[in-house]
Formats: sequence, structure tokens, C-alpha cells
Amino acid sequence: MIEAQGVKKSFGPRSILRGVDLKVETGETLVIIGGSGCGKSTFLKCVIGLHHPDEGTIVVDGINVAELKTEAEIADYRRRFGYLFQEGALFDSMTVWENITFGLRYLTDIEPGKYRKIASDCLALVGLKDIEDFKPAELSGGMKKRVALARAIAAQPSYILYDEPTTGLDPIMTDVISDLILDLQKQLKVTAIAVTHDMRSAYKVASRIAMLHEGKVLEVAHPDIIKISKNPYVRQFVDGKSEGPIKMKLKDFEAEPAANGANK
Amino acid sequence: MSGGNGPSIGIIGHFGRGVLEAAEETGQFAFLVRSTFGWMTSYRIEWRQTLIQIVRVGVDSLPVTAMTAFFTGMVLALQTGASSKHFFNEPLFVGTVVAFSLVMELAPVMTAIVVAGRAGAAIAAELGTMKVTEQIDALYTLGTDPIRYLVIPRFIAFMIVLPLLTVASDFTGIFGGYLVAHAKYQIPRTVYWHDIVNNMEIRHFVHGFLKTFVFAAVVSLVSCFKGVTTRGGAEGVGKSTTSAVVISMVLILVLDYFATAVLNAFGIT
Repeated sequence: MIEAQGVKKSFGPRSILRGVDLKVETGETLVIIGGSGCGKSTFLKCVIGLHHPDEGTIVVDGINVAELKTEAEIADYRRRFGYLFQEGALFDSMTVWENITFGLRYLTDIEPGKYRKIASDCLALVGLKDIEDFKPAELSGGMKKRVALARAIAAQPSYILYDEPTTGLDPIMTDVISDLILDLQKQLKVTAIAVTHDMRSAYKVASRIAMLHEGKVLEVAHPDIIKISKNPYVRQFVDGKSEGPIKMKLKDFEAEPAANGANK
Repeated sequence: MSGGNGPSIGIIGHFGRGVLEAAEETGQFAFLVRSTFGWMTSYRIEWRQTLIQIVRVGVDSLPVTAMTAFFTGMVLALQTGASSKHFFNEPLFVGTVVAFSLVMELAPVMTAIVVAGRAGAAIAAELGTMKVTEQIDALYTLGTDPIRYLVIPRFIAFMIVLPLLTVASDFTGIFGGYLVAHAKYQIPRTVYWHDIVNNMEIRHFVHGFLKTFVFAAVVSLVSCFKGVTTRGGAEGVGKSTTSAVVISMVLILVLDYFATAVLNAFGIT
């Protein structure tokens, strides 16, 4: 279980997370939705320890991320997670199978002789085969995402964090990736947090959906409840309307909207 | 952007911001240096990565550093011979001047500068691209980190390779000088060689050789630092690469003076 309480994070003068409270139950897929720059990816990076919250706590299986000190503790913590980066973040200089098995050396005690077989198995899980010796530059966008997903699951994590898994893909590939997330959920029984602003994908994969706006959680509910939410912010976002309480500037020279500071 | 985005800061504000950024960057660099030296002893070294870097930095740089030294030796011989003929009516001590200049100063400094321009720039660009495409973050999530996986192998590779490249430059430069001394001034091989061995001692070689370790540390750490702290996209990578090369070259020349002063103080001169 992942439990975040009052998580705040700023970068210089920019306050990104302003007190995030979220609980992710074991076995569920929590989808975090919200506009660009609302802090979704920052929250994910705080969970895995890439960013350290300025305030608040993140506790995973009883372990407080902020209290990890030794190298062994950090390695043990990271072993629990698979992380799918927005653009895949595959290592250009390595082949597909080297990418997939890269973390095994550091996160597991598996013999190197078994790496190639594990890479093929992970590729099969994401619906790919015979591309083990390709370089990332030789793959399409959808294939890169799938290889990145294979890399995220190679060390058999308990948690998978998806950072915008469908961004930049065509509608069919978007649906394929959503199906894959569901499949992995069923086959590997992992707990997942997925960050997205693709509502179709969110409805499909989510056990619950949390709406993040200006660094705070506005609502957490089952997808069916989110669909009929009365919260005007959630309503505007899921309907994809430009008019509503969430103000976004159309042009750079427009004045900052007065209502932008309000959260509810 | 609208004017209401923040109070306008004057020239003092810009200066203050610049000072703060420089101080922050210096602190980050100090952290990287401390981590590199500290973690080298406590972590398993990535020897495969180190070997790859030795090939990239060393073997691939050898032709260009050798050619630079070769022509430097040639021009030294040409200038020395011409000056000597002008003052003494015959080319005296050409081998001595070529060898001393190369072994103590020019080969270490020029080799380091050429390697900074070639391998240092490549490192900053590669690591910078890894940073902006989140590959560095991916290293963390996969159980390692950039200092252990990227910086330490490059640092070790530089420490091994730059002294060897410099020795190669010493020889090619002296050989280049000999070709000119022989062809242009008809200096016999034995005279050229005796001019070198009769006047030069092992400590002169050690003087130049020790300096290469300072240059290797500077070029590798500055290039890695600029790479892993890259911000922004392609423009950020370009800026990091440029500043890695410029800072490395300036530091090579500045530290050359101080390293020479320290070595002189210890009598290695």
C-alpha cells in the first residue's frame, strides 16, 4: 500500500505539490488525472524517491521514503518499483534486451546467463518478439513504449508507476497500451499508479481516479463516479472544455485569470 | 510574457542571481567530486563501462593528439633552428629545446586540450542528452545512479588514458622535431638525440607526466558535471557541451601554472 500525506514540493519559487493526500490500496490501479504542470509526474517521482518532498510523508509497505538512508535500504525500496517514463527513457547505446535486463544486475541476484531469456519473456508479455537485438532508434514510438514497459516489469516489481503511458501514441496504440496495462495488472497482480490526461485510457485501466489540480487532490473516486462528478473542476477536465473554473491562458499576453488561485 | 509575472530586477538583482547560481553550481560540483572519490572505494567499479570509455577517449583520440604533437614538434624545431641560426649562425640545441618544451609543457597541455575538445565535448553531449531524455532518472529507478554508472568509469578512463596519450605525444612530437631538424638544418640523428638525453633527466619527464593527472581529473569531472546538470532540450545540451569545453580548457591553462609551481616547490623540475 502507498500512503501519501500532505506532500509538498517546490522547485525554486514554483510550488508544484501543495499538500497531496492519497492512498493507493494493494492490487488497485490508481489513475491520476490533471492538466499539464499540475504536479502529476512530480508526485510519481516523489513516490519512487527521485524527488524528495519538502514536507509530508510517503509511506510504502510501512517504509517511509524520507527515512531511507543506506544504499541497501534504497536498493531494497527501488526493487519494489517499475517505472515507465513518459518518453520511454530507453538507453540509446544499448540493445533492446540489454535495456530490459539493465536493472537486474542492480536489483536482483539473477545470474547474467538468464538475462536474455528474461528479456524475451518480458517482451512476450508486452506482445513483442524477435526485436531483442534492435537498438531503440530502430523502433517505432509504440514499440519503444512497450519495450520500456518490459523493462519496468523485468525485475518483477510489486508496484508499477506509469508516467503518461499513452502520450504521443495514435488512438489504436493508445488502446493497445491500455489493454497491456490491464493485462499486466491481471497477470502480475501489481499495484499501479498511472498518470495521464487521456480520459479514455483512464476510464479503461483505473480502479479509482484521482484528480490533481494546482498541486492538490480535488477528488478521488471510482471511474463511474468521476464520469458523473458534480465538481466543476473535474467536470470541465473530463469533458475537455476550455470554458470553466480551470483557467488556462489562450495567449501569453493575456492577464492571469483572477480565479486561478482557487482550488474548490 | 505579461509584465505582471514578477517584479523587475535591476542590474544588482541580475548580478546577485548570477553569484547565487555560480555558488550553487560550485556546491553541486563539489558534491559530484566528493561522491566520485568516495564511491570509487565503496562501490564495485563498472569495469566494462570503463573499458568502453578507455577505447573512446584513448584509442579514438590517439590519431588527433599524435598529429597535433607531431606538428608542434616540427614547428618547434623550425623556430628553434631559425632563431639559433640567427643568433649563433648554426642550429644549436634544437633537440634539447624541442624535448624540454614538449615533455614539460606542450605535450601535457595540448594533449589535454585536444582531448577536452574531442572526448570532453562528447561526454557532455552524451550525458546531457541522457539527462533531458530522462535516461539519468531511469538509471536511478533501475537501481544504480549516474555517478556510479557514468561518472566513475569516465573518470578512471581519463586517469589511465590521458597520461598514456601524453607519453605518445612526447615521442611523436620529438620525432616530428627530428624530421625538421634533419631535413631543414641537416642535424644528424645522433646529435639531435644526444642534445636530448645529455640535458634531460627523468624528473623533467615526471614533471610533465604528473600534470596530466590533474588535467585528466579536470576534463572528466567538468564534462560529466556539465552533462548531468543539463537543463532544457537540445539548446541545453548545446550550452552544456560548449561550457564543458570552455571551462575545461581554461582550467587546464590555469591549473597548469599552479601545478608547475607546486612541482617546482617540490624540486620536480
